[in-house]
Amino acid sequence: MNAYSHEALHMLAHMPAEPTTPEPVLTVRGLDIRLPLGADRALAVTQANLQILPGQTLCVVGESGSGKSMIANAIMGLLPRPKVEPVAGEILFDGQDLLCLSEDQLRELRGSRMAMVFQEPMTALNPVMRIGDQMAEALDAHLQLPAADKRRRIIAALTDVGLPEPERLIDAYPFRLSGGQRQRVMIAIAMLLEPSLLIADEPTTALDVTTQAQILQLMRALQKKRGMAMLFITHDFGVVAEIADHVVVMQTGVVVEAGPARQVLRNPQHAYTKKLLAAIPHGNVRETQASTAQPVLQVKDLCKVYRTGGGFLRPAREVVAAERISFDLGRAQTLGVVGESGSGKSSLGRCIVGLAPFDSGDILFNGQRLSSGAALRRQAKGKIQMVFQDPYASLNPRHKIGAAIASGPIAQGVPKAEAMRRTMELLELVGLGPEAAERYPHEFSGGQRQRIGIARALAMEPSLLVADEPVSALDVSVQAQVLKLFAEVRERFQLSMVFITHDLRVAGQMCDHLAVMQRGRIVEYGPTAQVLGNPQHPYTQTLIDAIPSLEHRSDEATAEHRSRA
Amino acid sequence: MTALSEPALAADTPPAKNKHRSTFWRRFCRNRGALLGLAILLLVALLVCFGPLLAAHNPWDMVEQPFLPPMEREGFAMGTDTMGRDILSGLVLGARISLLIAVISTLVSLLIGVGIGAISGYFGGWVDASLMRFTEMFQSVPSFALALVLVAIFEPSVNSIIVAIALVSWPPVARLVRGEFLTLRQRDFVAAAQLAGQSTPRIILAQILPNAASSIVVMASLMVATAILLESSLSFMGLGDPNLMSWGYMIGSARTVLRQAWWMAVFPGVAILLTVLAFNLVGEGLNDGLNARQDGKTK
Repeated sequence: MNAYSHEALHMLAHMPAEPTTPEPVLTVRGLDIRLPLGADRALAVTQANLQILPGQTLCVVGESGSGKSMIANAIMGLLPRPKVEPVAGEILFDGQDLLCLSEDQLRELRGSRMAMVFQEPMTALNPVMRIGDQMAEALDAHLQLPAADKRRRIIAALTDVGLPEPERLIDAYPFRLSGGQRQRVMIAIAMLLEPSLLIADEPTTALDVTTQAQILQLMRALQKKRGMAMLFITHDFGVVAEIADHVVVMQTGVVVEAGPARQVLRNPQHAYTKKLLAAIPHGNVRETQASTAQPVLQVKDLCKVYRTGGGFLRPAREVVAAERISFDLGRAQTLGVVGESGSGKSSLGRCIVGLAPFDSGDILFNGQRLSSGAALRRQAKGKIQMVFQDPYASLNPRHKIGAAIASGPIAQGVPKAEAMRRTMELLELVGLGPEAAERYPHEFSGGQRQRIGIARALAMEPSLLVADEPVSALDVSVQAQVLKLFAEVRERFQLSMVFITHDLRVAGQMCDHLAVMQRGRIVEYGPTAQVLGNPQHPYTQTLIDAIPSLEHRSDEATAEHRSRA
Repeated sequence: MTALSEPALAADTPPAKNKHRSTFWRRFCRNRGALLGLAILLLVALLVCFGPLLAAHNPWDMVEQPFLPPMEREGFAMGTDTMGRDILSGLVLGARISLLIAVISTLVSLLIGVGIGAISGYFGGWVDASLMRFTEMFQSVPSFALALVLVAIFEPSVNSIIVAIALVSWPPVARLVRGEFLTLRQRDFVAAAQLAGQSTPRIILAQILPNAASSIVVMASLMVATAILLESSLSFMGLGDPNLMSWGYMIGSARTVLRQAWWMAVFPGVAILLTVLAFNLVGEGLNDGLNARQDGKTK
């Protein structure tokens, strides 16, 4: 009975007889966290207040840079001191102020009474240690158990998180596991000593949508079983709706809204919360536009196999990225290619623009048959352009924005003055203004860089634009703006687009047709409304079900409401 | 054309604007050693520029009695060598030769190394494999031994020494540049340049190379130091240019009398030590200043 420690009992005894709220597991009061000099603001977190009750989940929501992870790290004592340091307030856990504890005392608590799950499951496990040994470390740090006991407990923990064949897994190395399985192992490690507080810092952000749904379900089930408190950090309101009891919304280090999840989601009070909620892809399906006679892009039986490794005698490992892919794309139409990571959707995009060669099949662009790879790029003369996923990698850090945009047309023989004039117009068009031309990429935010990426693609006056996950690296409010920009330039330039995304909500909003890809094949193809509204393939159905949505809980709520009325 | 979309919302604010150059200087200056190194290098540079004015004598002329200890006589602060030549004059004029050889040989080996490394890293596949095997051929021979053989084959002269040093010091550059190119060419901005139809040489020179420049600059500063040492070693072995006074030659000619006349070897030795140390310190400072990538990868 860990939950009722000395202090808790003591406090219970002295509390006025009020049967309502149990003691919070964790209370953060007036927390200030300082940033080093020269950062964009003085305090990463200003006057944060929050508390978590046993058996409940508190979601801290905010965009990148809002300071939400700082709070988690402050609780665990993981801040990079002394540059980033709590300077005011208290963090009460088990009646102790964590900020006053020594490193040794903190270590005593970490792992046993409070545990953490990180965002990146691929890097959170040590690649050269067996799963079992890594889990045993947590046990060894706090308990002294005989080897057989340890093994039994580890296997039980692995079984708890729903991993198959735990007896074999315990001796396996992390590389055998997928991202979702690794995150399960991380959760198992965190849960080994039955902590009373679990901190999860964006635990599902790096995962596919179906895996995310499974992990969220697992965390909910474990919480119910163990009755622990959970501090869940996320930027996704869909996830909040799935898992939260209470919500704290943060903006630039300040808690702007706090309250029960249902109340915050259905009736947000603060303008920032309203803005975030409004920015979530609304899922309104775009009406399929009638296509014209001559398709801009025709793909017929496209096949692409990646061969890796292999030598003189060893056979190469083969990964099928695309198998007999066929579709047509009309003028000013958008095809959405959706699927999970590894489904081959990005490879398909790279084949179409000529960044990767394909093995067989045909790509017809405005009726002209194109060869594969570099030859395709030459034949297309820059009329097939791409917008990339990572806004930080897609601009050359050593080139000024203006030069980066103008260099494409100049390479195609457009006179320099003309290219610069077009660049200025495009910068204006994407909402940045001509003064951006003289600046370097590092002076821009992610969303602005993505606008620059779009301007660079448009500078070539393309007739086909391939967008590879163009908004998945962006915060949700920025994402909405960039999607709007895509829609606007599509209408204005009558652009045909291949829009690659893992987010069905985004795809539904942007695309006329959808192609659902699984293991290199298109398993379902059709007008967006039809695919989303009446999915034929079980995989499509799985994808749709896995979307975290605000409706889940609010549906329950309305039902409740009705029954009361 | 008017703006279709409203400008980015306040939430999407750009990172704090910091000027590239000032950040570099701030980082560089934080490294005290680098500042010291820079000071020494400036001193050496002055010596190189105004050496002839400072040197009282022709370093080859016998101007005093041999084996004159330092500070013994007016005008011979560092004494004279076995033949009665002024050591201070030798030191001052030797700086020119040592640095000239070091800098030019470094430039030549950069040219070879960057060229091979860039082609190897950019094209990959069999081009990469064969160029790297070729590089390994050079790496598998001890570089000093190879330099000795090369200088011995062509007669010792400034040119042959430069060629020899350059030929033995390019492989690490090629390795470094290849590594940088291998990762940089995967970046999306290279793909964007390809889609825009830019030519391959242009992509290599204008897109990728500037991003690899900081590592190359750091490496170059360290290579100058190694080249000074190599040149000194060659001269010490008697394979220097017989017509030119260099630090290595001075030590080499003094080694037989090291026990009787310490000053003949110590002064040029200290000169080499300080200069090499300075280059290393500056290299480290450049590394601090340039390589802490603030181009977004740290985000």
